[in-house]
Amino acid sequence: MTPETTQSVSQHSVSDVASGHDAHAHGHAPTGLMRWLLTTNHKEIGTLYMLFSLLMLFIGGTMALVIRAELFQPGLQYVQPEFFNQMTTMHGLIMVFGAIMPAFVGLANWMIPLQVGAPDMALPRLNNFSFWLLPVAFTTLLATLFMEGGGPNFGWTFYAPLSTTYAPPSTNFFILSIHLAGISSILGAINIIATILNLRTPGMRLMDMSLFVWTWLITAFLLIAVMPVLAGVVTMMLLDINFGTSFFDAAGGGDPVLFQHLFWFFGHPEVYIMILPAFGIVSLIVPAFARKRLFGYASMVYATASIAILSFVVWAHHMFTVGLPLTAELFFMYSTMLIAVPTGVKVFNWIATLFRGSISFETPMLFSLGFIVMFTIGGLSGVMLAIVPADFQYHDTYFVVAHFHYVLVPGALFAIMAAAYYWMPKWTGHYANETLGKWHFWLSVIGVNLTFFPMHFSGLAGMPRRIPDYALQFADFNMLSSIGGFLFGFSQLIFVWVVIKAVRGGVKAPAKAWEGAEGLEWAVPSPAPLHTFDTPPEFVPERDSPSRHSDH
Amino acid sequence: MTVHQSTDNSSGVKRTVRNTLFALVAMVGFTIALVPLYDVFCEITGLNGKTADSAQVISATGVDTSRTVRVQLVTRSAPGLPWRLEAINQVVTVHPGEVAQARFRFTNTSDQRLSGRAVPSVSPSQGARHFRKMQCFCFQEQWLAGGESLELPLVFQVDPALPDDVATLTLAYTLYPMGEEIALGGLHD
Repeated sequence: MTPETTQSVSQHSVSDVASGHDAHAHGHAPTGLMRWLLTTNHKEIGTLYMLFSLLMLFIGGTMALVIRAELFQPGLQYVQPEFFNQMTTMHGLIMVFGAIMPAFVGLANWMIPLQVGAPDMALPRLNNFSFWLLPVAFTTLLATLFMEGGGPNFGWTFYAPLSTTYAPPSTNFFILSIHLAGISSILGAINIIATILNLRTPGMRLMDMSLFVWTWLITAFLLIAVMPVLAGVVTMMLLDINFGTSFFDAAGGGDPVLFQHLFWFFGHPEVYIMILPAFGIVSLIVPAFARKRLFGYASMVYATASIAILSFVVWAHHMFTVGLPLTAELFFMYSTMLIAVPTGVKVFNWIATLFRGSISFETPMLFSLGFIVMFTIGGLSGVMLAIVPADFQYHDTYFVVAHFHYVLVPGALFAIMAAAYYWMPKWTGHYANETLGKWHFWLSVIGVNLTFFPMHFSGLAGMPRRIPDYALQFADFNMLSSIGGFLFGFSQLIFVWVVIKAVRGGVKAPAKAWEGAEGLEWAVPSPAPLHTFDTPPEFVPERDSPSRHSDH
Repeated sequence: MTVHQSTDNSSGVKRTVRNTLFALVAMVGFTIALVPLYDVFCEITGLNGKTADSAQVISATGVDTSRTVRVQLVTRSAPGLPWRLEAINQVVTVHPGEVAQARFRFTNTSDQRLSGRAVPSVSPSQGARHFRKMQCFCFQEQWLAGGESLELPLVFQVDPALPDDVATLTLAYTLYPMGEEIALGGLHD
């Protein structure tokens, strides 16, 4: 961090002298640890978010490797079933709330002000608070592993009554940490909405915004809408556990199925919260390296909005086997399949952008192309799962595990990696090492497919989720998955090395780091100085808008 | 120019924050409202096999002797209550519209006076609202002295409006302990 830090600080003091103002009162800014604790700068907070999510990726990844090590062979080898359940639960919670979501919020913090030409986020101090809630939340969550009775062991979906009547005593801490992470997301979302709606540079209309900004605006609305539902669910759990209410307890007139309805009313929009910003990232990178404008800008915006709206009416497709009336199953089946339409629009738009493009395969492009191919595989297995009679077979098997890992790992995570390689020159002033980047990509692709593709087969053959031991006929598929899991996990260390190398040095990047890239972020120097766009940049829609009609 | 713009921004930001906070509060309210809404929805549709929790009158729509419906009666006990609940008649075959009776035996196997409540559930769930109970021990909690055994009736009627494709209804009773705290804290009673 140090070279980047000194460089940005020196650059910003130079620009201070040049512009001759002291509006931010950063002449006596705190240094060292206090600087990071108290920072209100969107770039520093963005960096904190991303470093935090990288740490969580490795903690959650270590748990995944504990799972894969245990499943390498049938029988119990390394861990007891109770601990295995804690690993599957914590792996899911940490990856969803600790790795993927904060990574996107970090990217939003860094790039949204740069892409809309704003000097900072609209509410910088709130921004600081929403980041620092996260370490508290996840320290609390991880601490439950060391408590009497162990950590959460009821799956990341924490279905009642497993998470109420039969839960370990540490569940109260789990509820607290979910509350904190939820508040952090809500405050982050408010900040992002306020920034996008109010701080755009003069002349930039909504339909002139980059797709990353657009997808994040829609994601932020989803967060505002569903995070309160999550908070409500965990509060009801808290009341059931400690205060004798019976929201989810049939004995007192409650209903455990109500838990599932409430959880998935949050949970399904949540999966789009984790994928929409990825769509935005890929929609920037594909045109940049195909050296063509994005095909169908407006349809991308409308498709994103359609997916967000549809996400509120499909939740019960996670619950086909609880005993829904036939009409409800039909409704949720068709509404779920309907989502394939706007998603398909997006995939076709990316392919049309590539068509007759002048394509080069730098690391960000490789990750984006990998995203398109493998996210589509995950999308197709999603349509399979939407079919009610088929779902009765697939439900709670490894087929489901394969499906959501395909959309979350080579989907969301690959998009985050693509974004990191794409904007690394803007963040550090140096290009990421191409050779290492390509090794990272190809080992990740092989690892991810070796891990998750065989899970389709073991799932179709009937292997259930969340078990530490399995029948002998699943042994070969599981061994392949475990080998792939370790390959994928250790390949991510290459990424850490790439980041360290880029921070320390490497090929210097100009302001516009990629030939075909568009957007206001490329108008500021690389690395971006600590303070940018103190005066709003010039924006001419006919020249700068990604939705402009004429090609220049 | 910068100063002018920043004041413009701050009022816009304030408005946006106010609106998003309003949306947030509305969603919190909606979440709380979902709990009673879900109960009402279940009562109307019979979703989740919930049946009415008070006695219903006999529906005089006539007996449909052209159909017979098998009513299976099953029982199970939730942990925490040393009681036994048995269905004396495990299967009752009725015509839709006919009023029938089934008997259940409650036995307290401990030596303490305890209370419990049997909670019914009907499957398939589309049959739930067509299962009418005139008299049922499930409408209130039961008290049994240590070692006491008690036989209680269920008087019911299957509504002739039951969909034709339902030939078997399963009525499951789950016996739950009724501690003082649950009786007081139950929000849905």
